Amino acid sequence: MNKNHRVPSSRSLNAVEVKSKFGAEFRRFSLERSKPGRFDEFYGLLQHVHRIPNVELLVGYADVHGDLLPINNDDNYHKAISTANPLLRLFLQRKEEADHGTFGTDSLTRKKNTVLSAVLLRPDHNKKKPPVIISLPKDFRPVSSIIDVDILPETHRRVRLYKHGQEKPLGFYIRDGSSVRVTPQGLEKVPGIFISRLVPGGLAESTGLLAVNDEVLEVNGIEVAGKSLDQVTDMMIANSHNLIITVKPANQRNNIVRSGVGGGGGAASGSSGRSSDSGASYYGYSSHSAAASIPPHIIQNFPVGELESDEDEEDLVIEAGGEAEPIRHVASNHSMSSLPRYEPHLNLRTATTPSPDRAMERGSLEEDGTVITL
Amino acid sequence: MKRFRRHGQESQRDRLKQELFAFNKAMEHGFPHQPSALGYSPSLKLLAIGTRSGAIKLYGAPGVEFMGLHDENAAVTQVHFMPHQVELVTLLDDNSLHMWTLRGHNGLSELLEIGRFTLTGPPGAPPSVTRVTAVLAHSSGELLLLGTEGGHVFVVEVPGFRELEERNISLDQIASSVPDDYIGRRNLEHVEALQENPVDPDQVIIGYGRGLMVIWDLEKKLAIQHIPATQQLESVCWTEDGKYILSSHSDGSYCRWMVGGQDTNEEEKSDIPYGHFPCKAISKIVQLPTEEGPPFLLFSGGMPRASYGDRHCITVIHGKKHVALDFTSRIIDFFVIRDGPEHTGEPSALVVLVEEELVVIDLQTEGWPIIQTPYLVPLHSSAITCSHHVSTIPLKLWERIFAAGKHQNAHYSKKPWPVTGGQNLAPDPPQRDLLLTGHEDGTVRFWDASGVCLYPMYKLSTAGVFHTDADPNDNMNQGTEGEWPPFRKVGCFDPYSDDPRLGIQKIHLCKYSGYLTVAGTAGQILMLELNDEAAEQTVEAKVVDLLQGQEGFRWKGHTQLDIQEDPVMFPAGFQPFAVVQCQPPAVVTALTLHSEWKLIAFGTSHGFGLYDYQQKNSVLIKCTLNPSDQLAMEGPLSRVKSIKKSLRQSFRRIRRSRVSLRKQHVNTATKLQEANARLEAELAEMELAPVQRKIEARSSDDSFTGLVRTLYFADTFLSDSSHNTPSLWAGTNGGCVFAYMLRLPSVEHRADEPVTAQLSKEIQLMHRAPVVGIVVLDGHGAPLPEPLEVAHDLARAPDMQGSHHLLVVSEEQFKVFTLPKVSAKMKLKLTAVDGSRVRRVGMAWFGSSRTEDYGESGLLVLTNQGDVHVVSLPHVKMQVHYPCIRREDVSGIASCVFTKHGQGFYLISPSEFERFSLSTRCVVEPRCLVEAPLHSGCSNQHQSQPDGASSTHRAKHDGEDAEVLQEIQKSLEGDQMSFLENNVKSAVA
Repeated sequence: MNKNHRVPSSRSLNAVEVKSKFGAEFRRFSLERSKPGRFDEFYGLLQHVHRIPNVELLVGYADVHGDLLPINNDDNYHKAISTANPLLRLFLQRKEEADHGTFGTDSLTRKKNTVLSAVLLRPDHNKKKPPVIISLPKDFRPVSSIIDVDILPETHRRVRLYKHGQEKPLGFYIRDGSSVRVTPQGLEKVPGIFISRLVPGGLAESTGLLAVNDEVLEVNGIEVAGKSLDQVTDMMIANSHNLIITVKPANQRNNIVRSGVGGGGGAASGSSGRSSDSGASYYGYSSHSAAASIPPHIIQNFPVGELESDEDEEDLVIEAGGEAEPIRHVASNHSMSSLPRYEPHLNLRTATTPSPDRAMERGSLEEDGTVITL
Repeated sequence: MKRFRRHGQESQRDRLKQELFAFNKAMEHGFPHQPSALGYSPSLKLLAIGTRSGAIKLYGAPGVEFMGLHDENAAVTQVHFMPHQVELVTLLDDNSLHMWTLRGHNGLSELLEIGRFTLTGPPGAPPSVTRVTAVLAHSSGELLLLGTEGGHVFVVEVPGFRELEERNISLDQIASSVPDDYIGRRNLEHVEALQENPVDPDQVIIGYGRGLMVIWDLEKKLAIQHIPATQQLESVCWTEDGKYILSSHSDGSYCRWMVGGQDTNEEEKSDIPYGHFPCKAISKIVQLPTEEGPPFLLFSGGMPRASYGDRHCITVIHGKKHVALDFTSRIIDFFVIRDGPEHTGEPSALVVLVEEELVVIDLQTEGWPIIQTPYLVPLHSSAITCSHHVSTIPLKLWERIFAAGKHQNAHYSKKPWPVTGGQNLAPDPPQRDLLLTGHEDGTVRFWDASGVCLYPMYKLSTAGVFHTDADPNDNMNQGTEGEWPPFRKVGCFDPYSDDPRLGIQKIHLCKYSGYLTVAGTAGQILMLELNDEAAEQTVEAKVVDLLQGQEGFRWKGHTQLDIQEDPVMFPAGFQPFAVVQCQPPAVVTALTLHSEWKLIAFGTSHGFGLYDYQQKNSVLIKCTLNPSDQLAMEGPLSRVKSIKKSLRQSFRRIRRSRVSLRKQHVNTATKLQEANARLEAELAEMELAPVQRKIEARSSDDSFTGLVRTLYFADTFLSDSSHNTPSLWAGTNGGCVFAYMLRLPSVEHRADEPVTAQLSKEIQLMHRAPVVGIVVLDGHGAPLPEPLEVAHDLARAPDMQGSHHLLVVSEEQFKVFTLPKVSAKMKLKLTAVDGSRVRRVGMAWFGSSRTEDYGESGLLVLTNQGDVHVVSLPHVKMQVHYPCIRREDVSGIASCVFTKHGQGFYLISPSEFERFSLSTRCVVEPRCLVEAPLHSGCSNQHQSQPDGASSTHRAKHDGEDAEVLQEIQKSLEGDQMSFLENNVKSAVA
């Protein structure tokens, strides 16, 4: 199937052929490859050619690999135009009926045979499903994840909570306590920090990944052993916008069982979230040497403050008479890692694709006219 | 990547760090906390103070100081210098004896412990047999006589602590010779006093608790004379001619006994000085002869129990002169310094160690005035509420402040400081440094902090500006005519502030212009200038409403102070000329002064303001209050304050009416039980619910986000990179920074054209941690100089060509931004990494120890964990860090103040500053030499008086109450000091 697309284009035409499908209707038109224009113009054009001026649309296209990818801003629109080979195949959906699950980029192995067929061959089948409202990737953010399953002992769990300025409180309490460790001298009682309470409705509780009496071992890669309760509290709050805590769950029965009992590690299960696609699925600590591509799980080796957490942390400056803007880093002094990971989302035009929580923040901002948060 | 950085660079930097930074705790200033023993060596002219924490401190001439610490954490109960030697012996609470010496080393003396010893009794004997109650350092310098609770006297050879068993004086030997008719012969009780005959070193007198005194011949090993006193013995004194013995007793009486061959055994004279009604014990008595005229008689205690039992008094009687020196805290011990090379001449000074200060009284000047102490000054005569350090004071200002201080010291004796032992070999301090301490009673004290002695220079009182309830005659009322006993208040320790609103919270002194601004607890900000003459001034008040029409506000806190409207006479020194009163009158949390622009900026939990003190006009008011911040709206401080005040008042009442309290003794005992039960219940509850900390991201709704933490003036590039303008920066508790562009009229129109301020930038730190410091760095990365510094040629002009940077220090991070367009350039995260938070921050210059001409600016940081860090500029990299203060010592951390040369001070107790240094070049530490006194031959040895303060001296009676009071005082101070800390913690909890 891929073969068709992999054929290198012999014709480097100036025009891009566009085939746009909305429901059962097709429209064909062409665009200039060199001057594609902006996304909102393109969006207007689509509404025009399909004669659906007031319908909110989700625009997707099939890329060279056969993945169905969204077009919703200038960047991916230009990308779509430039990679059209030679035909740009578009799939339009009504926003309210959209099945966002069809989009995918990391689904090459699992989905490459299904994505296109799902849309191309059995589009009606999809529509007949009860309409489950799932928003686009850009419309939701990860709330929590278990990470680094592959490098941690099975008895430990590393949980990442994404605060992202949302309204939900982190919602947990910690306390002093003591835990029993096995040492060469035998069992030893050592002081430790434990989760003492989860606030109902809070982020911590809603993830289900943390529980009362879990022992906290690390906060964002830094061991808490030897630190006081207040120190650990301050560390957690300082990292609260992107908190990664490693716990030893009090209930050890729900641990993630690695594929194959007693196996050599192997493929991490899908639930390991972000780290599974970080390329470090080999078992053990060999990944530490792979410093070039920095998988997120070796924070403990990191010069602190370099990799993590800059993304959400741009301070705001309001110039007199001007509008607020986030403070950008001066590029010369910062490595790649300081590039905000969520930048594409942040650059979205709120006018075309308003996301609910952002809109709300804007609203609160306009009330007092001073503070803007991202 | 950092970890692959070349090694060469690293090691070079490491070497440089070693040349720049070194941590040491050089010395302690102030008055030792909880002193418990006093000793004096007339031959060395050194005095020694032992403390309840086991420290031993020696003081001589100003600058001569030694400190030692016993390994045992036990109180020092007695200190005795060995006569004519450089050794001294200490007795601790745990019954151990320690021998210390001042050993010369590289031309300097150091205090070293050279031996320790604990008496071992015969096997099976009860511990009381060897429990030491009295110590006599024999004038031969070789013997130590130890009287015990069991009534025995052990003789020990020193140094080396060899027990001379054959010379011991056992209770049996004494008891067998006691006359049969002596009532108490069955039980003589413990040895209360041991004294040597001043004219015959072979004779010692042993005084037993029951009252019996025995003169014992050490050589012949027999009792020469028995003195059958029948009252409980408190102390014994052998007159200098050896003819009489004075004994003081628990019923407030003293007796004089003739020493003689005839066995008269009759008391020659007996008196209860404050008699008729029952009196308290005379705990120590001393009689000293004068060349001509009557002898001096000095004793402590003996007050009529019912009416003055709570006074701490020493009575001095000389001929017709009779004064009861009335101290404000418990008397620990006293001694008298005498003139003459052999210390046998006229009594010249009385040195009294009380719980909270050392008082020296000139006995040779009419009226017995006080000699001002050059060291050991009680810093806490009123509790310290803030401090401010100013380095390198210009000589002119120094002299003017000194002169102003001189005026205030008119009532002190002109006599030089009488304790003159040792030589101060420390080089003269390279510069003149001032430490200013603000106090709860509204005073600001100026201390010469240049060298080893923290010397009081000048005291400023701000209370005169306001109407206060305080009765000015309340404290230092001289005894009315004909009062008996003839009290005279002495000492300056007075921890009771009548109006806590007067408390000083912030101080800023401009060393070039002599302008001073101080701000207090009730939102008052005073502008003062130095005037060499006393002058009558009307202080202009300006009320500033920081709320700016904010709705829904209710201030439940204290009211503002009433400002005197009539002209007030101010003595020479700093005189106020303007007062700004914040509304609501909340505590001032930030203050800064720019003497070149003649502006002050001040902030409270509600907002900040800018005041032009030339035109006496308010320039800018900004409300930073968050409407959802209920705590700031209502003013919770007030509640804390009022509790504090009422507690203080009630304790004052208790102190005043202890007599009546005694009557209800039973009642209080039951109350105490109830209180204990309640406490236990509370403790049990705490056990059940362990301490928890809430983990929650900070939000804008947290309390006190609007509290202004720091204010800063800078001449920098705020709007464009080609024109620098004056600017004001303010940082809040909620992580917000405001920058205002200031427009100042030209110099010739400064007096009439208005100063304007315009908001230029507002930065919200996303981590929302409190902003504790703002600094602008010039094109070279060096902090901008202070106002007028360049004009006085004392600093290099800042680099205005290169781009300026803004350093914002929050409690959690250090961030450098570019200017004029604010963009983040560098940062250092502190809290996210090790969980500590910035408590104090200061700019400092570090000179290299290797070369004169190399130095770096750095940022001094103290964290809530008590660690000090140096952070480099402008790259904000951690350089060094050292543990400095215990993390539990919240008030120590809160009191820390940094100098501009890499030193720091913090309170180790309410009365003592510890001085530390992070600089290799700037270290202030005592360097002194004490030489062993020349032996003045055998014949003179007999003349020497026993060491001044060698008798045991206990004043158990008031001890416990004073202790309780002190504890409460301490915790209250801690309470206040840690207010911000608590605030943060409660936000977390």
